[in-house]
Amino acid sequence: MEFTQFLWMTFGVFVTLCIMSFLYKDNPFYKFAEHLVVGVSAGYFVVILWHTGLVPKLFQRLADGDWYYGFLNSSNLEYLIPAILGCLMWTRFSKDYSWLSRWPMALYIGISAGLAVPLEMSNRVNKQLQAMMVKIDWANFFGHDGFDLLDITNGLSQLLILVGALAAIIYFFFSKEHKGAFGHVATLGIWVLMIGFGASFGFTVMARISLFINRLQDTFAWGHQSFDTSNEHYSIFFPIVFWGLVLFVTGYIAYEIVTHLRKKATTS
Amino acid sequence: MRRQIPFALVFIFGFFMIFQFFVPHETSEFFYEFLLDWIIVIGIFALALGIWSLFKVSVEKIKLGKEGAQYSYVTLVGLFLMMAFGFTQKTGEGWGLYFLWIVLCGACIVALMRLRASASAGSKRMWGMMALGLLIGAVLVAIFDDAWAFYFYTQEGLSNSMFRDFFDYIMMPILATMFALLAFYIASAAYRAFRARNLLASLLLLAALLVMSRFNPFLPGAEYVAKASNWLMNVPNMAAQRAIVIGIGLGIVGTALKVILGIERGYMGKG
Repeated sequence: MEFTQFLWMTFGVFVTLCIMSFLYKDNPFYKFAEHLVVGVSAGYFVVILWHTGLVPKLFQRLADGDWYYGFLNSSNLEYLIPAILGCLMWTRFSKDYSWLSRWPMALYIGISAGLAVPLEMSNRVNKQLQAMMVKIDWANFFGHDGFDLLDITNGLSQLLILVGALAAIIYFFFSKEHKGAFGHVATLGIWVLMIGFGASFGFTVMARISLFINRLQDTFAWGHQSFDTSNEHYSIFFPIVFWGLVLFVTGYIAYEIVTHLRKKATTS
Repeated sequence: MRRQIPFALVFIFGFFMIFQFFVPHETSEFFYEFLLDWIIVIGIFALALGIWSLFKVSVEKIKLGKEGAQYSYVTLVGLFLMMAFGFTQKTGEGWGLYFLWIVLCGACIVALMRLRASASAGSKRMWGMMALGLLIGAVLVAIFDDAWAFYFYTQEGLSNSMFRDFFDYIMMPILATMFALLAFYIASAAYRAFRARNLLASLLLLAALLVMSRFNPFLPGAEYVAKASNWLMNVPNMAAQRAIVIGIGLGIVGTALKVILGIERGYMGKG
């Protein structure tokens, strides 16, 4: 690893620690990293959308002609319309002409809404209904190789999915009062939903924990690189940078502790 | 006129997009692709609106000297650097005066911010002159330095090593740590919320615990815990998610139809 890459890695560890410091309290380092990521992310998306959206979808389509004193001799002139509509979006900042920004907005919403109706029905609703309508495997109701209730492909599991999904859908049906047999099925539905929410919660926590582990691994890898003498580009600057960051962090923590103790002493 | 035309546009294009789905003809396919390109282009123009808002908010913060105004410089410099790296690339082996150009442009932005924030005429003149000088310097470097070039029309900028380093060592670590941080807050919230007060809360608690202990090899009977967790994810959770997805799908279709038919008009705003 070259020293330049090591410096970048050090900065990555530094911003990781900046964000982690929020666990203690809001502080200037956290604010620095927070504002930095806002600017960098915005810049990143500008570049990506320019190169992968605007250039191929607009500029390259208009590029087959030449500019002749104000009008474009292109065979795809219709692509100027979304560009003009896009520019109308910017009238949002004008008090007098902001109503013009509704036109591109209306076009965008109209196309998106129209697109959503058949796609949602076919890709979400119909696909799920289709998946629900599987034939129950009565022959292997309690498992394929003997009695195994935790076998996810046995008939009982298939039946539970069908009954559970129907019960949960019934819970969402509010046009009829949840009373009697209907109410009992709705209650079963809410049990199923609670298990689903619990599982989703557990899954989300695990995803966050794995991200945290990844950040720790990166930090340890940085620490390892700082003293890895087998690295062909290794120099004295590697540990100097390491100890520089460590001293900086411990110095800040010591400063915070001293400030806190002084404040406590003043108030008491 | 100011409201009727947008309503008509929503109705016509919305109805057309539903209709074209059921017409498997090449003309229909052509219009489908064509309109998809349109909304992508309009969407990107809307992004410019967002960037301008970010710029304006940051500048206003500096101008009014609000608390934490110094961080606005960090945002603006980050934005500028990422955009500069994304549209430039070296033409040969070395970078030439590229980093001088970056520093000149960054300093010019800071000078412009100071110009906006200045109250007295003398200070305004000084920052104005400085910004102009830095801008002229940056333009001259960009014109006469052949070691690097701007690439607006091709994607060379995306392979600029600085652009990639900013993504790998700034953007990704910060975003990943921010998401990782939520684990601590979720755990703290869960401690308060997940008390087994009744059957429903207990079900939620048990399901969450089972899924969280899924990959823990140190638990006694880890194999069975993993199997039970797998069953929970694929059977009751599947049933719940299936109902939720159907509900979401029907909700989106209902809302889309309300928008197309002009019943839902919130997107239009006031005036």
